[in-house]
Amino acid sequence: MTIADIANILNATVVCGDNLDTEVLGACGSDMMSDVLAYVKEQAVLLTGLVNMQVIRTAEMMDMVCIVFVRGKTPSDEMIDLAKERGMVLLSTELRMFTACGLLYSHGLTGGEQ
Amino acid sequence: MNIQLHYTVSADDFTRAGEASGAVKAKLKQLGFRPDVIRKVAIAMYEGEINMVIHAGGGVADVDIEADRVVVVLTDQGPGIPDIEKAMQEGYSTASETVRNLGFGAGMGLPNIKKYTDDLIIDTEIGKGTRITMTVLV
Repeated sequence: MTIADIANILNATVVCGDNLDTEVLGACGSDMMSDVLAYVKEQAVLLTGLVNMQVIRTAEMMDMVCIVFVRGKTPSDEMIDLAKERGMVLLSTELRMFTACGLLYSHGLTGGEQ
Repeated sequence: MNIQLHYTVSADDFTRAGEASGAVKAKLKQLGFRPDVIRKVAIAMYEGEINMVIHAGGGVADVDIEADRVVVVLTDQGPGIPDIEKAMQEGYSTASETVRNLGFGAGMGLPNIKKYTDDLIIDTEIGKGTRITMTVLV
């Protein structure tokens, strides 16, 4: 699944980033950044309803390729600037967390567990 | 190779927490370290940085980069950790509701640091502060 596929499945807006062809291998859905930091996944996407700079920082430390903001949340300009600097794609969807995760899972994206 | 870096971690602005870890990550990448090593250092240092901002009013970070290891020392003059055994348990947290609303305080900070480092030393004294020495082997 690529980032473009995710945007399509979630009917999401691309806030920034142009590496939409990047392959995504796993996903994590959480508003608690420490929980996100506990489990490393390769080329992962983060789904979250939390909007602050630490969301971008967390994804940065984890080498995540994309962040999806659920429930119509939109990141601040400062967040967008840092994401651009780090080559991350930011998406925004009106869907709620459960629905967004469920849709991606049913399309074959897993939590990355072996 | 022996490179030493020093950062001041300010607690005034939560949005800036993680800047030092981000800078170290970029430096290690530039030096050609393996991605898994870089990620371990970045995550452990980031959790430590967040801890200093949340609990200790900020502090300083000293990073010692050698060919076979990266050592990060975080020093603060905060309240100290009263019960390290509890603090090392996943899910145990003394963080405020405000901190939780920011996405932290899940009680995963120190357990995560331990998970991503090869050696972790915590020196802490109540009312004096805490020094955390974390080593990641290459």
